[in-house]
Amino acid sequence: MAEIRVEKLRKAFGDFVAVRDSTFTVADGEFVCLLGPSGCGKTTTLRMIAGLELPTGGRILLGGEDVTMQRASLRDIAFVFQLFALYPHLNVRANIAFPLQCQGVRGAELARRVEQAAATLRITHLLDARVSGLSSGDRQRVALGRAIVREPKAFLMDEPLGALDAEFRHLMCGELRALHDRLRATTVYVTHDQSEAMTMADRIAVMNLGTIEQLASPQEIYDRPATTFVAEFIGSPPMNLLPCAAGADGLRPGADRVRVGGVELAMPALAEGAAGPEFVLGVRPEHVELADDAPLRASVYGTEYLGTLQVVTLTLADGRTTLRARVRSELPVRAGDQVGLRLAPGRLSLFSRADGRALRSALHDGAAHG
Amino acid sequence: MAEFRLDGVSKRFGAVQALRDLTLHAADGEFVVLLGPTGAGKTTTLRLLAGLERADTGHVTIGGADVTSLSPAGRDVTFVFQQYSLYPHLTVRDNLAFPLRSPARRWDAARIDAKVREVAALLRIDDKLDNKATRLSGGQMQRVAIGRALVRAPQVALMDEPLSSLDAKLRGELRVELKRIQRELGTTILYVTHDQTEAMTLATRIGVLDQGRLVQVGTPRDIYERPASVYVATRLGSPAINLLPRALLPRLAAPEATATIGARTEHLRVRRAAGGAGIGRVRWIEHLGDANHLHLRVADGGDEHDLVILTDPGAGLVVGDAVEVDFVAPLFFGADGRRIEA
Repeated sequence: MAEIRVEKLRKAFGDFVAVRDSTFTVADGEFVCLLGPSGCGKTTTLRMIAGLELPTGGRILLGGEDVTMQRASLRDIAFVFQLFALYPHLNVRANIAFPLQCQGVRGAELARRVEQAAATLRITHLLDARVSGLSSGDRQRVALGRAIVREPKAFLMDEPLGALDAEFRHLMCGELRALHDRLRATTVYVTHDQSEAMTMADRIAVMNLGTIEQLASPQEIYDRPATTFVAEFIGSPPMNLLPCAAGADGLRPGADRVRVGGVELAMPALAEGAAGPEFVLGVRPEHVELADDAPLRASVYGTEYLGTLQVVTLTLADGRTTLRARVRSELPVRAGDQVGLRLAPGRLSLFSRADGRALRSALHDGAAHG
Repeated sequence: MAEFRLDGVSKRFGAVQALRDLTLHAADGEFVVLLGPTGAGKTTTLRLLAGLERADTGHVTIGGADVTSLSPAGRDVTFVFQQYSLYPHLTVRDNLAFPLRSPARRWDAARIDAKVREVAALLRIDDKLDNKATRLSGGQMQRVAIGRALVRAPQVALMDEPLSSLDAKLRGELRVELKRIQRELGTTILYVTHDQTEAMTLATRIGVLDQGRLVQVGTPRDIYERPASVYVATRLGSPAINLLPRALLPRLAAPEATATIGARTEHLRVRRAAGGAGIGRVRWIEHLGDANHLHLRVADGGDEHDLVILTDPGAGLVVGDAVEVDFVAPLFFGADGRRIEA
């Protein structure tokens, strides 16, 4: 197992820059997700680490060794694709054994390692089955078996669960994470599904337009998104972004009030100043409380019952700004109701309107939850 | 807009009994959602109401009239499919106007135009009326398809997974829109889905289907809080309700005949086991952002069970911790799977 280090990695396809000077390190044994919408550069980054694409600039180090220009076959890495690339004419055992045979492993050693990989994935009972008759989940397990049997330095996975249905995908997320906890193999996992990334990763790199916007733990990214892009990409429903205003001369360090729709709201005290007058206030749906006496007024557009909780879609008095609140289902709320909103003052993020960057504030000091 | 009624309807396709003695009644203006996995009989029910299939036994009535043997054209219903079926060579306006231009209707151009404008405004696509249908995004196309189904004010609108080909964000937005449009028009809708979130958020009442049988009909809250059986309990709630054998929890007070105890993830309280082994150990902590799902492994002799518990991110437990669990409002099920009142 080994650390993966990416330094100023860049990839251009003609005029199109797919990856812009990415620098990050995946620690030995860490599980990192590259998360972003299609076209953000996540798969290109992964393919460069694998050696399937050559970078336009920058370096890739695997376990301290510079492999930037090394051929894929010489890098001790296993790649798992979205579509399980199995040999349909071979049985499960032969499929898993294949990469080892290519390395010249034979006889008892070969049998032992195939059995071990199968046991790790709990597919021992399938070893003599034909792959053509397997369910999609079992096929993906066999594909994983073929990756882990080599005991490579790192695993690279490109949306390996993308072809599975939602229920099964969630089950496989649990299995993949459990597998990681057993093997502790350095893993880079590409996905566009925020819930997969939140569920499995030690750290998530959120990518947009070829750039990593934030690289941090799932909880950190959720609680303190670095940009409005990250704020909106994470969470279901995502973070609400509300236009807000301060005085004409902007906000000074220590400022802890902004106005939303003319109503003054408290927020964590800023650690840095910023030019105004307009900003964006970020609030998670679970931090919006319906309170009859609150001065920030809204009308209820619709409600969605989700069991213990409901999601309430609201429109502010300007008629344009919508936001969502996640509240308990017992709360009687109907479309058309006029309500007041209280936003949890300690949990709000303030973003620059110009570049979408989060302003540093008391939110960034100390523990996330209190 | 009308009420509809399916009475004792059965339907067989060769060796497969698709529906067994199904009785369902929807009031005028109701939004009824049929929920079930593939093969449960959802789409067959929809097609029976549309007249695309003929029932082997039983009766179908719409607005009080028996339509059991009427052709689809003779029933005043509309159908929205999973794939938007628009006329690609026509504009949005012409797609919406198409059903209104039917000679049977004898509407003049001004009246059709007014109706199209009204529906387009309701769907928030009034600025797209002169676009070719193919120039729209997926969400807009499905909006038009829904609009076309509602524009002629059918007695019942039938929808077969109309949102499932859209991405998650769009699906979430259209859910809220569809509910609003239905509320404003007062259309009676029968909607079919295997997506529990759609069922919970859209329905006035949900009908849960299991292998051609309607096993429970009720409001989303009824179905969620008072499921008739283990099967229904597992259809709603994500992650699924925890089910444990009664014998594993000897100290929990439960009715005599209880065989299985059900607890939704939010109805469990977890605490670190004081010294002892506790009920199980933390196997995995799944971060959701606003909360965590704590996955426990509970040993029961040779058997192992997984227990998923919704916790606060600040709960301070780590993988490997031995924990004790308290039950809030558990559900009790007998050996036959039916729920027993506590």
